[in-house]
Amino acid sequence: MTQIDYNRAAKYFLLADFFKGFQLGMKYFFRPKATLNYPHEKGPLSPRFRGEHALRRYPNGEERCIACKLCEAVCPAQAITIDAEPREDGSRRTTRYDIDMTKCIYCGFCQEACPVDAIVEGPNFEFATETREELFYNKEKLLENGERWEAEIARNLEVDAPYR
Amino acid sequence: MAEFFSNTTLGILIVVIAQILLVVVPLLVALAFLMYADRKIWAAVQMRRGPNVVGIYGLLQSFADFLKYIVKEIVVPAGADRAVYFLAPMISLVMALVAWAVIPFNDGWVLADINVAILYVFAISSLEVYGVIMGGWASNSKYPFLGSLRSAAQMISYEVSIGLIIIGVILSTGSMNFGDIVHAQDGGLGLFSWYWLPHLPMLFLFFISALAETNRPPFDLPEAESELVAGYQVEYSSTPFLLFMIGELVAVVLMCALVSLLFFGGWLSPIPGLPDGILWMVMKMLLVFFVFSMVKAITPRYRYDQLMRLGWKVFLPMSLFWVVFVAFAAKFGWFWGAFARWSVGA
Repeated sequence: MTQIDYNRAAKYFLLADFFKGFQLGMKYFFRPKATLNYPHEKGPLSPRFRGEHALRRYPNGEERCIACKLCEAVCPAQAITIDAEPREDGSRRTTRYDIDMTKCIYCGFCQEACPVDAIVEGPNFEFATETREELFYNKEKLLENGERWEAEIARNLEVDAPYR
Repeated sequence: MAEFFSNTTLGILIVVIAQILLVVVPLLVALAFLMYADRKIWAAVQMRRGPNVVGIYGLLQSFADFLKYIVKEIVVPAGADRAVYFLAPMISLVMALVAWAVIPFNDGWVLADINVAILYVFAISSLEVYGVIMGGWASNSKYPFLGSLRSAAQMISYEVSIGLIIIGVILSTGSMNFGDIVHAQDGGLGLFSWYWLPHLPMLFLFFISALAETNRPPFDLPEAESELVAGYQVEYSSTPFLLFMIGELVAVVLMCALVSLLFFGGWLSPIPGLPDGILWMVMKMLLVFFVFSMVKAITPRYRYDQLMRLGWKVFLPMSLFWVVFVAFAAKFGWFWGAFARWSVGA
């Protein structure tokens, strides 16, 4: 005859597991919430966060990008397209700087490659659009991003500089 | 005027329809908030916030959901049996609502004060399985079909034990009328004279069977997401899906009402001296609903063979034994007559 585990049988019939589970559930019921109230509250971001791209300018208003095309070369998704020709004053600048944000994998190689900190990935991650076309960024859009996020980008670069 | 309402056919019809609306409309409005409460409780146990965007604290979330379901497109599978496909959710909801005809909310506040009220509720809740089976079959799809088969087997298995548990209560009371059952629990000791004390094991059995009967977790096998996507609801969208969802929740609230009527003295006040009333009934139902929601949050889903084993090899013998026990206890007045509260032919 098989041995009956009375202890286990008693627990089973007295719904011990259920009551313990209920107790645990009630304990967590009154705990503070772990989730954020997202659109109103946001989680902290690292200064290294790689979000939406931006093209930066020098404080005097001159654009940083010198059209070296290192970012275009390093881009593993081949999302960046650059055309360049000398400007009237002889300096080389881009005439076209497109990033296909639908191709981009946000690896951050472009900002690593950039010798003048011109192309950077900023802290913005809320740039969803309703159409695909809106995600084909051109130079104008990227420069505009640079103006909009310059304060945060500059701060992040400064904080992260000792580790680079 | 009074003569018009009590004598002419039209007048009686108007009164009856008004009474029905008086029960169904508050029920459905309450349902919207219960659905919200269900989600909030579930969220709280998981330390989430739950719906909190629509209205203050997200109170209007269910109404937004209802609106969304209604304005969405109804997609009918190509191979579906259209008539049965659309009939299924209607049956599901109508059967769930029809059972409320015999549920008293207060002394005498009942649509149909019939003597076989429990039998009626039992019959109607058995018919509810038809909505599920028809929905699963008419969808002409594999997962819904499997889900509905599971549901049929599950609901029938647990109806057996629910029926036997109810027989225990009927034996104690000697009546199948809900009013009589509640009156029999009015023993002057407040909450200690209700049936939950003598029938304590059966309270838990009834509650667990009610979970299985209404396809609530941990017995939501007909719609086991991980195995069957959503079971019999897979091919349903828009308003038909909404009807299924409401039907299911109405059945849950009905079970809450049954637990409060059979075991917690319905509208009776738990403290002797305080006035009885509909408020107590509502509070008891809410309490039971809270436990329903907590169970959903804290229990993992049963395996199908475990479900069947529990139904047939544990619940059936236990409830059967209890029927015999109550019969003897009531006949010979064991336990100071706690089991014998015969209201008829005592």
